[in-house]
Amino acid sequence: MAMRNAIIKHVLSRSSNFGGARWMSSSSWWKSVEPAPTDPILGVTEAFLADPSPDKVNVGVGAYRDDNGKPVVLDCVREAERRIAGSSFMEYLPMGGSVKMVEETLKLAYGENSELIIDKRIAAVQSLSGTGACRLFADFQKRFHPDSQIYIPAPTWSNHHNIWRDADVPQRTYHYYHPETKGLDFAGLMDDIKNAPNGSFFLLHACAHNPTGVDPTEEQWKEISYQFKVKGHFPFFDMAYQGFASGDPEKDAKAIRIFLEDGHQIGISQSYAKNMGLYGQRVGCLSLLCEDEKQAVAVKSQLQQLARPMYSNPPLHGAAIVSTILGDADLKKLWLKEVKVMADRIIGMRTALKENLEKLGSPLSWEHITNQIGMFCYSGMTPEQVDRSTNEFHIYMTRNGRISMAGVTTGNVGYLANAIHEVTKSA
Amino acid sequence: MESKNSNAKESDCDSVFEHVTRAPDIPVYAVMVAYKEDPCPFKLNLGIGVYRTEEGKPLLLNVVRKAEKLLVNELSANKEDLPITGIAEFNKLSAKLIFGADSSAIQENRATTVQCLSGSGSLRIGAEFLAKHYHQRTVYMSQPTYANHPNFFVPAGITVKTYRYYDPTTCGLDFQGLLEDLGAASFGAIVLLQTCGHNPTGVDPSLEQWEQIRKLMRLNGLLPFFDCAYQGFVSASLDADAQPVRMFVADGGECLTALSYSKIMGLYAERVGALSIVCKTADVASRVESQLKLIIRPMYSNPPIHGASIVTAILKDREMYGEWVTELKAMTDRITIMRQQLYNALHDRAIPGDWSHITKQVGMFSLTGLNAEQVAFLTKEYHIYMSSDGRINLSGLSTRTVPYLADAIHAAVALNV
Repeated sequence: MAMRNAIIKHVLSRSSNFGGARWMSSSSWWKSVEPAPTDPILGVTEAFLADPSPDKVNVGVGAYRDDNGKPVVLDCVREAERRIAGSSFMEYLPMGGSVKMVEETLKLAYGENSELIIDKRIAAVQSLSGTGACRLFADFQKRFHPDSQIYIPAPTWSNHHNIWRDADVPQRTYHYYHPETKGLDFAGLMDDIKNAPNGSFFLLHACAHNPTGVDPTEEQWKEISYQFKVKGHFPFFDMAYQGFASGDPEKDAKAIRIFLEDGHQIGISQSYAKNMGLYGQRVGCLSLLCEDEKQAVAVKSQLQQLARPMYSNPPLHGAAIVSTILGDADLKKLWLKEVKVMADRIIGMRTALKENLEKLGSPLSWEHITNQIGMFCYSGMTPEQVDRSTNEFHIYMTRNGRISMAGVTTGNVGYLANAIHEVTKSA
Repeated sequence: MESKNSNAKESDCDSVFEHVTRAPDIPVYAVMVAYKEDPCPFKLNLGIGVYRTEEGKPLLLNVVRKAEKLLVNELSANKEDLPITGIAEFNKLSAKLIFGADSSAIQENRATTVQCLSGSGSLRIGAEFLAKHYHQRTVYMSQPTYANHPNFFVPAGITVKTYRYYDPTTCGLDFQGLLEDLGAASFGAIVLLQTCGHNPTGVDPSLEQWEQIRKLMRLNGLLPFFDCAYQGFVSASLDADAQPVRMFVADGGECLTALSYSKIMGLYAERVGALSIVCKTADVASRVESQLKLIIRPMYSNPPIHGASIVTAILKDREMYGEWVTELKAMTDRITIMRQQLYNALHDRAIPGDWSHITKQVGMFSLTGLNAEQVAFLTKEYHIYMSSDGRINLSGLSTRTVPYLADAIHAAVALNV
């Protein structure tokens, strides 16, 4: 130690060698860092933006567009922003986020007058939109069930795989989409539920499945719930599209309500990205239904412990917008109206796309376009057909044939139908 | 537990989280709660981590209010998901702020800057990146340091060690100890440095000392990770306060920086910050950035838009930037005045001990030198709240309350508690 100190002293005293000189180390610490692959979904938008064709259509990324193809800021959001601008002292939210926002958010999922809320049985924290909620849950699952794995539907939103992977939770898939029918592989799904070890953790899309648009029927949800009871599985719902699927948030929460009726102690990730258009604000909620208030307090404290080393406490603005809207009867009414407008437009575009294809005399069945629900449609197109539609018609979608219905307008639906028809007619 | 609603079925299976125990309360929050519940009308809260005005109120900067109103009226503003790395202009402006426009990091395009959730988020993303791509899994942090610092590294699987920093006998820097401990660190270890306004001590190395630290660290291949939460809050000069970072960048070497706008723009709740990784070359920086995206996306996809939009509006507009600098200076000046007033008050009461550290220390915080028993005494008898390590937030004081604190300290020291 003394020798080392002496050397350091000696070196430092030769200040001319280092004073102001550029550090002559060999190379970067990061020279072996590989360039990461580009995200497939975002890559589609990049390609779209780079395309000079006036006919180009972007049905790739999942953000809502109005009938002019423009992004939308809801009127209720604008009004809320007007009310709160410049009014906040911007002091830290509690670690668990805005209490008001969380309260209102739980009502949406569990029911306006839910006993579970009154009994304080729900551990809930504000999260960074749906992604943040899923990640918090995945980390929580890892911490308290370190040997568990997560069953994820095939297919699912690609980032689900990344989230549980980074949380170090092994994943398995369960049958979900049936390519032949372009609907639900219900038999396969039920088999996988039965064959999974008792007490397995399952990720379920509450409504408007991403990317397929295929949801179980109410009857099917009841059977799934029953089987979950038999097996003692843990249901974790990702609800990113409440209100956006049918236009009615209560209807879209049906699956969750069925599970609650059956006594499951569920977990839910909720997001306001799409249904309030608050994408960039990153506002959502993670909730876990517990046995009693005491357990809910304990679970919430642990969720906060997981959030603290990620970002200390969540951002205020988006939560303030949500609280302002849902806490005001008129604004809430306006929001419900605007959500219905968005959902109806998409439902209208589904109908229009299907009718256009039928009118063109397509030999294929396009029932699935109107059977599927929510932002996305799994068209059934092959990657080759997708590529043709891009190269020949400047249609941009992900190569799994997923069409974002939000990108379809009365102005482009005819052109889109024609392109799809052309690349699939000889299928 | 009986369900009150006859329609809802009783849960008949155990929760899978039955075994989850309640997490321990975080000490600094416990102090907050205790203060809140204290009915005493002249209670004093010096344990807070945010700036307070002379009136003891939180401060919304005028320029921030202005920027927010501007944003509301920008009808064309699209509020969609940001890119994973956040607002591009924000990143550019943040890099300029911390490194200086003429920095080689910027001129040579060899730094990547990504928007993160304040300093906390920047530290966590940086730690995750290091855990994934760096060869050394040890980080050294000052003894003491901000209570939350270890928490950003531990979940990433990085071991936390400390280097000597604070000398309680002088209430100043244990520079010899610091050099020895960093000198003994394994080659390539990560070293967490606080750029200025050290939390909790208020003790910053001088520029000469920083130069020695730099030389030593480069000699031992130690990787600097700067936490920069108080730029402009120490000397009121944004450039001067960032000097330690700039010295390390100027020598051509690599480092990480976590910049926070929480205190310096009063944007606490909006979680605005930037992580920069300064690399050897532009090519490396580009690859590093692509890897940062892979870490961010499974955590929260992309950062929140609001706070960063405010920062961007302010930094890019000459007039608003000037207004911000003025308001920042006002906060910093008030803290300096409080330090002077407190020192004078302690001196006037002839309280035994050398209290010069009150004015030698810088930034929002000071380690008073009071021990835990004295702190407890202050709370019990005088309803003055601070963390048990004797740290006070200078902005929690006002001209009116300084004498009260001085009297309390006088009593605590006199009792030889």
